Amino acid sequence: MVAANSTAPLSITLRVWRQAGPNQPGQFVDYQSKDLSPNMSFLEMLDVVNDQLTAKGEEPIAFAHDCREGICGTCSCTINGKPHGPGKGVATCQVYMRSFRDGDVVTVEPFRAAAFPVIKDLITDRSAFDKIQQAGGYITARAGSAPDANAIPVPKPDADLAMDAATCIGCGACVAACKNASAMLFVAAKVSHLGLVPQGQAERDKRVLAMVSTMDELGFGNCTNQYECSAACPKLISHDFIARLNRDYFNASLRASFQPESQSTGGGAG
Amino acid sequence: MNPVGFFFRSSIGRKILMAVTGAILIGFVVGHLVGNLQIFSHPDKINGYAQFLHQLGPLLWVARIGLLVAVVIHIWAATVLTLENRRARGPVPYGFKHTIRATLASRTMRLTGYVVLAFIVYHLAHFTLGAAQSGTFKANLPKYTMAQDYAVAGFPVVKAGTQVDDVYSMVAHGFQSPAVAIFYIVAVGLLSFHLLHGFDSLFQTLGWRTHRWAGALRAAAVAFCLAYFAGNLAIPGAVLAGKVKPRAVAAATR
Ligand code: HEM
Ligand code: FES
Repeated sequence: MVAANSTAPLSITLRVWRQAGPNQPGQFVDYQSKDLSPNMSFLEMLDVVNDQLTAKGEEPIAFAHDCREGICGTCSCTINGKPHGPGKGVATCQVYMRSFRDGDVVTVEPFRAAAFPVIKDLITDRSAFDKIQQAGGYITARAGSAPDANAIPVPKPDADLAMDAATCIGCGACVAACKNASAMLFVAAKVSHLGLVPQGQAERDKRVLAMVSTMDELGFGNCTNQYECSAACPKLISHDFIARLNRDYFNASLRASFQPESQSTGGGAG
Repeated sequence: MNPVGFFFRSSIGRKILMAVTGAILIGFVVGHLVGNLQIFSHPDKINGYAQFLHQLGPLLWVARIGLLVAVVIHIWAATVLTLENRRARGPVPYGFKHTIRATLASRTMRLTGYVVLAFIVYHLAHFTLGAAQSGTFKANLPKYTMAQDYAVAGFPVVKAGTQVDDVYSMVAHGFQSPAVAIFYIVAVGLLSFHLLHGFDSLFQTLGWRTHRWAGALRAAAVAFCLAYFAGNLAIPGAVLAGKVKPRAVAAATR
């Protein structure tokens, strides 16, 4: 690591996955990226490389980005084998060139998962996460004027824990880092942030069963408790939520199997 | 869906099956080791213990079938989940491979697991069926006469004077072959390594692990695996070192 206040410019060899489109063969291509300010961000470095490629009439490197401040989860790619690159608790857009040394070869690839097909170069289609969300990552609430604050008491520790889970930005780094491309940390975060508060109770069992079965159908792998996910998470969401998801799923599946159901054929709360 | 569907078809359900069967197998291997350590006592102990187990009759078969079912479910789940995991990475693997913190034990679960399976098959052929080293199999050794009663929880279950299989000498003969002894040591070493991940992984799978006691759990797992390995190393080790000898030989040299 270069000292944080260093201003000496650095040059790197960028080894980037280039793939023209979905289902097309791809390959790594090397680019020299010279005289970079150590204080420019990784995405700014890609912008500079792309400017040079465009000037030469070559196709720029396609990469996804939006907020560039670590809150949207768009800038997903794998840098030197780690989703979002060096550093703990940061997204790719928060990685600075001072994290690399002059002369480094930096390998950049898309997130690799069967459920996240490559669209182009570093861009993957992560709509599988949206499908999991749609399966149960919501609550049914009365729409209308804002409810009274504190009308529903929420214990502070529960609220804190729910907020930890709610920091998930859905970037997919957990899947990319997992040796099995499992989406358990994402699903655990989504299930927990609603399941920990009273507003999420009505649909709690339905939610966990539906989100897990959708996750399975979409071809994500299975958790082997290696905790690569939480180490790569830009929000450092804890794998404690995965244990909680396992317990929630176990209880919900027993209730779904044995809980009595209404046997009346008409009337009731229809 | 019914519970069978939840547990056998979903990802989390299969993991729970693996954790529960793994816990059952841990219970078994611990009990098995404690029983076997009686070899360091008078031959009455381990021979009486083996006789007691055989006297259980149908109960012994319940335990055997239960263990077989646990092993089959554990390996079935391990295999189907592993195949799914391979597929889940997609058609193109990472060009730059990197591990942030997954332990070596956790990354070699399949390897250690299948070697342990091969060992279990050999072990049954060796000491249960007599297909390996049949010359010194218990059925082909002279019977052993109990010097004293063998008691379980204060009840004398095998009386003094009973003629029983000489398990003590069978084990001692078996491990006098360095190749066999070393194979056992390596296999239980790999099993201990399997449990180094398995022991605390099962708490996570069952939803009982949190960061508040994860450190203590990890320490317990390491201590357990070291103790388990040491206990298993002691038996073939003692035979190789000449501390435990087959009975006839021991009598001749006394
Ligand atoms: C015989 C062949 C075996 C194979 C192929 C096998 C394979 C596996 C695999 C693949 C895992 C999952 C690892 C993970 O989640 O990262 C596992 C977990 C485990 N295994 Fe085994 N294993 C075998 C035998 C055993 C035996 C004999 C025991 C016990 C004495 C055992 C105890 C465990 C435990 C406790 C777990 C943790 C459960 C969990 O949370 O996933 N295994 N095994
Ligand atoms: S661009 Fe929004 S998190 Fe990086």
